[in-house]
Amino acid sequence: MTSPTLSIRNLTVDIPTRHGILRPVDNVSYDIAPGEILGVVGESGAGKSMAGNAVIGLLSPPAHIAKGEIHVNGQRIDHLKGEDMRRLRGKHIGMVFQDPLTSLNPLLRIGDQLTETILAHLDVSRSQAEERAVQALDEVGIPGAAERINSYPHEFSGGMRQRVVIALALCAEPSLIIADEPTTALDVSVQAQIIALLKDLCRQKGTAVMLITHDMGVVAEAADRVAVMYAGKLVELGPVRDVLTTPRHPYTDGLMGSTPLASRGKDRLHQIPGAMPRLDALPKGCAFHPRCPLTQNRCKTDPKPTLADGAGAACWFPLTPGAEVA
Amino acid sequence: MLAYIIRRVLQSGLVLLIVGLVAFSMFRFVGDPVDNMLGQERTLADVERLRDKLGLDQPFVMQYVKFLSGAAQGNFGVSYRQGRPVSDILMERAPATLELALVSGFLAISIGIALGVFTAIRRNGIAANLIMSLSLIGVSLPTFLIGISLIYLFSVELGWLPSFGRGDTVQIGGWSTGFLTETGLKALILPSITLGLYQMTLIMRLVRSEMLEVLRQDYIRFARARGLRERAVNFRHALKNTLVPVITVTGLQLGSIIAFAIITETVFQWPGVGLLFINAIQFVDIPVMAAYLMLISVMFVGINLIVDLLYFSIDPRLRADRAGAH
Repeated sequence: MTSPTLSIRNLTVDIPTRHGILRPVDNVSYDIAPGEILGVVGESGAGKSMAGNAVIGLLSPPAHIAKGEIHVNGQRIDHLKGEDMRRLRGKHIGMVFQDPLTSLNPLLRIGDQLTETILAHLDVSRSQAEERAVQALDEVGIPGAAERINSYPHEFSGGMRQRVVIALALCAEPSLIIADEPTTALDVSVQAQIIALLKDLCRQKGTAVMLITHDMGVVAEAADRVAVMYAGKLVELGPVRDVLTTPRHPYTDGLMGSTPLASRGKDRLHQIPGAMPRLDALPKGCAFHPRCPLTQNRCKTDPKPTLADGAGAACWFPLTPGAEVA
Repeated sequence: MLAYIIRRVLQSGLVLLIVGLVAFSMFRFVGDPVDNMLGQERTLADVERLRDKLGLDQPFVMQYVKFLSGAAQGNFGVSYRQGRPVSDILMERAPATLELALVSGFLAISIGIALGVFTAIRRNGIAANLIMSLSLIGVSLPTFLIGISLIYLFSVELGWLPSFGRGDTVQIGGWSTGFLTETGLKALILPSITLGLYQMTLIMRLVRSEMLEVLRQDYIRFARARGLRERAVNFRHALKNTLVPVITVTGLQLGSIIAFAIITETVFQWPGVGLLFINAIQFVDIPVMAAYLMLISVMFVGINLIVDLLYFSIDPRLRADRAGAH
């Protein structure tokens, strides 16, 4: 196996507050290989975005990385600060945000936003940068890129703007893209196009993608592997087919069960009872036990189970035997 | 765009007509100037002759029309007190006020924006907090107190700067300027600080709060995520987006710098139109008061028009909307 583009080891993010320390990301480890798409799923507040922000160094204070290591292309980056981290952003790690309507500066032409990004990272002349900018727009499927380069963001539709955002994230050819809910704010009809575009571009360029989403459909369509997060912890990790068809963690099973499918007919949609606990009121033992249909005594008292390296489910009593964590 | 400009010019004209009516009403309702002008020893014949000469015996509407047509040609009649055409007196006095306002406005805008950006970027720094606390003085102290304090410190105690007047002036065409002599420049320092301090602190606090708001926006996060330099993020992306509201307020403030120069001019005995106005009030010199009122309203309306047009050059979204509107 080739060395991973992104490697996260025991990543822990803390937010100190007056009432104690909150831990939105707790001891999370995973790798993403070149050209691989890892879907990171979970409910709102599960820590998926927080982990992404930690990787690109954009945690807003007082949130900070308390423990663990992050390596990109073999280089350790979790301790980098200021100017060193800035050089990595855009050049090695690109990011796509949720809402394309607010991610672009409304007062600058998209061509200017592209060229400034290219000039910030690559050693090229202004005219070369402008050429690359047109090329980048062309790659993301914007028709008439040479003319559209002079347009302002408000002159594009939502889907087109997300294409521009993707072009911006990719224009300095980073080896890792963090896509934070890239389709959530888009029309359903456009979502599939954007996912397909992201997938194609990253396959072509061998870019690793951390695809943060709560949409199982998006994961099924795009991801190679899935990481399921719950209350800051990684609860299940594995190839997309295994996780979606034979989930081992009861939480993943619940998530899959609550995905609406046409084939299921008109029966009432299943839902996981209760809500994810707040970070300042995590239950003892496994954080999922109050909502879990399979809870036993051990789940309520014993220290939280952790995920074995590489794959599996962080559960005392996983659904499919054989992958139990010690 | 053109339709918009035409509409705005027409609106401005309407505003000026209404101000003209108010200014003119003073002739009818604020005392009888004839009493003042002729003094104690007068005959009825004297009174009649003067009324006839000033046109005060004509019907109200006739006088209004006469006043308006005169005003449109820059003719505001004859000063009751000095016996000279008001337009001549204003032309003599205007350069002093305009130069003072220009310097104050420049100080207020340049220092105000610079400090606003600084305090927003270094939000938690000691220097920024100190500046914010000091700015409360500028906002809350009345102008005359600031002026008198400055005179006491720099003129009386230290003896560095003159306490009143314009110093030597140089006549260029019909314009007398204080910019070209040393005493003229020295004389400008204290009055312009006094006049501009309030506006400066106001602009600074406004820029700061707008900037803090903009720095929270997604496109700023995205600019950071693309690895742009802090300088580019702060000035190219953030500052430009704060300018639209700042220009609105600044434009109005520039108008009031000219209009409310009255107090500063009184404190420093600055020979401008403000001082002229104060003296005119004491003598019920209505033509001068009316002309001053008209002059100030023309400036306010003009500045507002310029501000509205500046929006277009800054925000491309407005250009598109207007283009679609007609």
